[in-house]
Amino acid sequence: MSRPLSLSRTTQRRWWSGLGWSLAAASFVLVATPLLDILFTVFRKGFSALSFTLFTKVTNGISGGLLNAITGTLVLVSGALVFAVPVGVLAGIYLSEFGRGRFGQVVRFLDDVLAGVPSIVLGYFSYVTLVIGMGWQFSVLAGSITLALMVVPYIARFTETAFLQVPNGLREAGYALGFRELTVITRIALPLALPGILTGILFAIAISLGETAPLIYTAGWSNFLWNGRLVHEPIGYLTYVIWSFINQPYRSAHALAFAAALLVILMVLLINIGLTILVRRTRPLAGSQKR
Amino acid sequence: MKLRPFRTVLVLITSLIPLALLAILVFLARYSWPALTFNGWHFVTGHLWDLGNLYADPVKRHGVLVPIGANYGILVFIVGTLLTSAIALLIAIPVSIGVAVFLAEGLRSNVRVVLSFVVELLAAVPSVVYGLWGYAVLTPLVSRTIGPALRTVLGFIPFFSGSIGSGYGLLAASIVLALMVVPIIAATVRDALARVPSETKEAAYAMGATHFEVVRRAMLPAVRTNIIGACILGLGRALGETMAVLMVSGGALNYFPDNIYSPITTMASFIVSQLDSAMQDPTGMAVRSLAEIALILFIISVITNIIARLLTGTARNVSPT
Repeated sequence: MSRPLSLSRTTQRRWWSGLGWSLAAASFVLVATPLLDILFTVFRKGFSALSFTLFTKVTNGISGGLLNAITGTLVLVSGALVFAVPVGVLAGIYLSEFGRGRFGQVVRFLDDVLAGVPSIVLGYFSYVTLVIGMGWQFSVLAGSITLALMVVPYIARFTETAFLQVPNGLREAGYALGFRELTVITRIALPLALPGILTGILFAIAISLGETAPLIYTAGWSNFLWNGRLVHEPIGYLTYVIWSFINQPYRSAHALAFAAALLVILMVLLINIGLTILVRRTRPLAGSQKR
Repeated sequence: MKLRPFRTVLVLITSLIPLALLAILVFLARYSWPALTFNGWHFVTGHLWDLGNLYADPVKRHGVLVPIGANYGILVFIVGTLLTSAIALLIAIPVSIGVAVFLAEGLRSNVRVVLSFVVELLAAVPSVVYGLWGYAVLTPLVSRTIGPALRTVLGFIPFFSGSIGSGYGLLAASIVLALMVVPIIAATVRDALARVPSETKEAAYAMGATHFEVVRRAMLPAVRTNIIGACILGLGRALGETMAVLMVSGGALNYFPDNIYSPITTMASFIVSQLDSAMQDPTGMAVRSLAEIALILFIISVITNIIARLLTGTARNVSPT
């Protein structure tokens, strides 16, 4: 009884399957390792650069603190939300409640297209129209509007999905009681869709916190604290520090860049963990019929 | 007909989204029009970008005022954009499909939730942080380890031989781009795999296929269009990526890469890198030529996105899943 030299077909197939799964797992490791290294590098170098003065002093040349950049980022992100939330939420409501027709289809499609426009193109568009065209110069308003343009598609899409998950029976119950359209949407559907909308807004915050390219041509950079002017006054932001200070050949500049990166990454991480929890907690609730 | 103020307001607000796209197209085209007529086709075929003499009096050429010796050709940046994106996709596509298969089919559901978070985080890392990591970790690694290894293995191909240099360049930019594109492709393919009807899988199992053969022979072919759509979506992202590329590409001006380690510049990162110098141009032609680059990028991104959406159908990268 001699075994054939070649492996049996079944064994061969098992080998190929094993190889396939190993390759799949290997590609995951190949992707996860850089991510872990990015987090590790930023945390290690960022924490060693962290100090109390970062939060109390403004940037002075290539040293000092980051107070101007931290507050600037918060101002720009809030400014973006002021424009993006109303537009995004209302557009999302339209798409979910009345968007079955041709117009809705087109907007839904173009919403995705807008989300795919490179952020530098949005930034340069704002530079041409707002910074030069309107004569606003580098300013909070120009920066905020550019960020808003970038996140509106996401807020609209999240809002639409949140409203679509509200069971139709609830709306019909409202109409049966004689409510008007506006009442049904704002008093019945909106409260149920709210967690989904908040998810979208959090997502938008996470994106705008980390953006650089659309702000370079619109918000500029400033070493000083924001003085409350909406136009004709540039403003600092954290991502600028990362990009610009790492290119300076000074240790203090590099330390600031990594500290800024740490702050940005921490905020983005926290929001993403929050998102994961929120999405998992809200989905079964919003989807369930009994409540 | 009844007047419905609520709906009217909704329609007006909603139409801001298509209007925004239209405004981007119109205003970029209008602003860059003098540059478009002045540069002509030479803009995309010329490889020399020269702001000209910004201190001498500008001269009139083809009816517009430009600095003496000004010449705007972006072929180098077009080549840089296409090469980085192509190499990034070559790396990212097989890896993403592997990741998608691993996450969709290779794991128990409680592990899957945790490991899927890795892919979501990869998408969440800001591009400037990728750039920072590229600057601090990747470029030294490319110049000391990855580059020499690649040259030893593939050095017989001219594109992989030659001087490795500082590590800033095509290879580093492509690796960073690949990392940024992987989560887009992987997430789309993973979601598509999860939607494959169980009949398809069961039929394959019934034929005696192993689990991997079911994935390889039944499920992946079923989501082929989604994979292509996802890749085009990733391509759109790679073509327009700015900060990360800017920070690791080495910023080549006016010369073509001679090997995979050469410094390069992409269209998107060039716009940012020209911020200061272009604004010193008293005629404004440089700023208008940059607007022309932005216009070209806009049109490219719209086209790639439209193709990607048509292919992926209902699957979209904006959905909260």
